[in-house]
Order: sequence, then C-alpha cells, then structure tokens
Amino acid sequence: MSLFIEFRRDLLIALVGLVVLIAIGLGIDHAWPRDFLTSIFAAALLAMSLNMLIGYTGLVSFGHAAFFALGGYIFGLLLQSPAFTGALGAGSVPVALVAAVIGTGVYSVVIGAICVRLTEIYFAFLTLAFQMFLYSVILSWVDLTGGDQGLMGGIPRPVFLGIDLADQYHRYVFCAVLFVACVMIMRIMTESPFGYTLRMIRDNATRAAFLGVNVTRVKLICFVVSSSIASVGGVILTLFTSGAYPEWAFWAQSGEAIFMIMLGGLNVFLGPVLGAVVLRILNDVVQMYTSHTEIVIGVVIMFVVLGLRRGILDFVKDWWVEKQQARLAAENRNGQE
Amino acid sequence: MLRLENVVKSFGGVVATNDVSLNFPTGSLSAVIGPNGAGKTTLFNLITGHLVPDSGKILLQEEDIAGKAPVDIVRKGVGRAFQIASIFPSMTVEQSLMCAVASHFRTSEAMLSVFPPPDVRQRTEELIELLGMGAVARLLSANISHGDQKLLDIGLALALEPKVLMLDEPTAGMGPEERWQMIGTVRRLWEQGDMTLIFIEHDMDIVFEVAQEITVLSYGAVLAKGTADEIRNHPEVVEAYLGTDTHAEASQ
Repeated sequence: MSLFIEFRRDLLIALVGLVVLIAIGLGIDHAWPRDFLTSIFAAALLAMSLNMLIGYTGLVSFGHAAFFALGGYIFGLLLQSPAFTGALGAGSVPVALVAAVIGTGVYSVVIGAICVRLTEIYFAFLTLAFQMFLYSVILSWVDLTGGDQGLMGGIPRPVFLGIDLADQYHRYVFCAVLFVACVMIMRIMTESPFGYTLRMIRDNATRAAFLGVNVTRVKLICFVVSSSIASVGGVILTLFTSGAYPEWAFWAQSGEAIFMIMLGGLNVFLGPVLGAVVLRILNDVVQMYTSHTEIVIGVVIMFVVLGLRRGILDFVKDWWVEKQQARLAAENRNGQE
Repeated sequence: MLRLENVVKSFGGVVATNDVSLNFPTGSLSAVIGPNGAGKTTLFNLITGHLVPDSGKILLQEEDIAGKAPVDIVRKGVGRAFQIASIFPSMTVEQSLMCAVASHFRTSEAMLSVFPPPDVRQRTEELIELLGMGAVARLLSANISHGDQKLLDIGLALALEPKVLMLDEPTAGMGPEERWQMIGTVRRLWEQGDMTLIFIEHDMDIVFEVAQEITVLSYGAVLAKGTADEIRNHPEVVEAYLGTDTHAEASQ
C-alpha cells in the first residue's frame, strides 16, 4: 500500500496519460491514430527498456531487440498452437502473455549472467552476438518459426473477460494499458533505491562496489527486468501485426531503438518515448516523398548528435539543471558573504 | 584494532611491501609517510583488499582479512577514501551520500519504495551536518570544488560507519590554507566518530601536528615508527627522508 502512496503523483500522471491515450484512440473515428500509437507503444517499450541499461546503468547493449522478438514469438507461437488454446480456452491470451514475459526473462538471465560481467565494448558486442544467434535460430528453424516468412496465418486470440483482441478498439485499449503499466513499472524501478544504485554504477562502478554494492547482481537484475519489458513490446507488435517476423531479432531493430534513445534523450525518463514518436513521424513523412528514408533520417540524427550533442530532452534538462545549479551556487556565495 | 604481521607484496622483482608489521590500536590517529614509491598506497591497497599479500597476516579485530574481497572488507568496517577523489559526478552531494547510506542500510536493491527511504534521508542529513557540507549539498558532485570533492569522498566512506577509516592523501592537490582546513575537518571527524584513522600525508608540518603516531616507510619496509618527536629526531629518518632541515617538506 505504501508503494501507491509514495508514487501517487506518478500514478496519477500515468492514469491521466492512459485516459488521454484511450480518448484519442476511441474518440477519433479513424484507424490511423490507433495504428500509429500502437506501433509507438511497441517501439517505445523497446527503447525505454533499453534505456534502463544505457541511460541509467551505462550498459550499451546492441542486442536488446532479441528479447523484443523472443516475446513476440513465444506469444504468437503459443496462440497458434491448437493444443495450447484448446487446453486453456479463454485463458489463452493472458497465459501466453505471462509465458512470453517469463520465458524471455529466463532466457535473459542466461544471456545476462554471461554478458553483465563484461564492460563497454565487450558487453555491446556479446549482446549483439547473442542477438544474431537468436536471429539465425529463427531463420533456420523453419518448421517452428516459419523461417524468413515469419509467423504466418494470423494469431488466434480467444476472448477473455469480455476482451476480444480481434476487435481493433479492444486491442488498442489492451495495448495502451499494457504500455502504461510497463512504463509505470520502469518509473518505480528507476525512482526506487535500486534505480539510484543503477546511477551509482553508471557514474562510477568501482566506487559503488567499494561502498558495498553487488555490482554484478544489480546489473543482472536490471538486465532481466528490462529484457522482460522489451518482450511486452514484442507482444504488442505481435497483436498489432498478427504475426512475428525475423527482422525483429535483426541487429537493425536494436539499432533503431538506440536511435530513438539518442534522438529523444537518455537522461530523461520519457526521452526514448519522444525519440520513438519523432523517428516514426519522420519515417512516415519522409516515406511520402522518397523511398530513401534511411538517408534522410541519418542526416537528421547527425544534426541532432552534432548540433545538440545529446538528445532533445537531454538538451532541455541540461539547460534547466545548469540554471538551477548556477542559482544554488549564487545563493551559497551570498550566504557566505 | 588493525594489526599487520610480516606482510610481503612484490610486483615482479620489486618488493613493494617488505615484511611490514604494524599495529594500529583502537581509536588511534596515525599517519603513514615516506617518499614517492615507498609503498604507502600499496600498503593501503593490501589492507582494503585491492591487492592480495604474498605472505603475512592482516588482522582486523584478530580476524585475518588478507586476501578477502574488497566488498567483504568494506562490510567488516574498513572504509577508504582515495588519492584522486572517487565520486559520482552526475549526482548531487546529497544524492551521493544517500546512495552510500542506502548501501550501508542494505536497501540499495529495494525496488518497491521511493528513494530515499526516510531513515536514509535522516542519516544523510546528519552526515552532511558532520561534514559541514550543507552549503553544497544540492550541487552536482562534478561542480563542487576540489577540496569539497575530497571531503565528499571521505563522506562516502564515513556513510558506512567504518571502524577503521583510511585516507589516501586527504590534502592532495590543495593549497596550504585549504590543507589545514581539510586536516582540521579530518581531525574533528576522528574525534567525533569513535574510529581508528590512518592517513597518508606528504606535508610534514601537518603530520607532526596532527598524528599521534607516525609510520615511516622506505623501499617498502618500515624505517621508523613513533610519535612526532621521536620521528623528528630519528637519525635514519632524518638522513633518508627529511634531510638536515627537519622543517623541509618532503617530496614537494
């Protein structure tokens, strides 16, 4: 209970956010806002969960999309199995969701236990290697995964608790709730003592260790939680596209998530969400004029990186922090005189 | 409190710590001096577990801690501040100390409460008061003065309520006035903190003024040990280290 009281402000904001999202989705009589926002939910969960590693812990992973894809595939494969839906009936979707999150979590414990002992470039490349390993498995295990075709033929989704995910309105609200719930979990995690321990590790892991922090264990917990949340992003995209595709496990998917973080800002909690929105809009707008979207997006990212030297919200935050610090320093000087 | 028995450590052919036996009684305030390369920092690293001695014993309250992991030694009550302040640049002074206190209270992995927990906040406020860092508490650690950064480093070690506090050159890189201010603070912390304090220092005036007992290292071995007066008049120390003018500052 005390959790709800301590985080009442954030919970209230999350609730308002959810109401706004649902109002937009249900209030506008056009599929575009719903489709746009649902794809943002998926991408933003991938980017935000990755930012728990990059922005909060200082661990740059190049293989985060593996967990996103794995979540989508577990969810899709279970629901495509007649034995599974036959046995669980109305409980199929919730059980498949939980199985996708736990399955991905367990996989990430194994990968994380190996990777988090390494630092910087070695961590980045090992996570990338494991991602490409999963990509190869998906491509080559054609009988199970459909190979490069992906999971075809639609994802059955039995109605549960009156929620019919085949209905676009139901699906949209369901995805919005999942998204906001995951964001709230990440919010609590980053504002808890655990979240500040992550910042210690990012700033100075050696010193954190000599203050009694079990650095390896904390990194592993963060890795597993962020991977599990990425899997929820994969589940949302599976519901949205009625399938799961090997490109989700390709390194470019992780790269896109890193773009979103760089674009939006890595030191602000909602930075990656802004990055996801900007990148998606940019992508859609550019696509109206040219098929060479990568070139245009690349130029924009270069401008942001070279011009601002940080993400958009980082730029705003740094400006604000500098102003506040200068004011505090001035107060101290006046106090001493 | 802390006793070293015949501790040896060598790197390749260089003997950095040569059969060192020392005793730091409970509640004492001791200084370790010696020219550059005498093995002062190596000695600290051996005690705090950053290095493993080749042979010999390091006894903390009669328990041998030689070769234990630094984290375990920290938990047993040996705190340390570093020659180059080792801090958390993107956090404020207050946040850094709260993190260290949270670690001491074993709540650094708590996920289902907001940071900082009330007991952590309260203890941190006491610490800031003790350190006299109230004016800079809300500034980023990266933005405070060099002296304050060194003090914050000591504060991080103090947050763990150590029985033995080891300071590696607390006044390194400071001007003369700032040095005396710093060492005054260190002395005050020692008086109020009920702990055994060992520090490395180059400024002889400070060492002779503050330390109850002084250990002189030379080429990894203990050259002399005693009170300020004993060291000042010790013929070998005078010859090897201080030179003929006993007030000269060494290794400056």
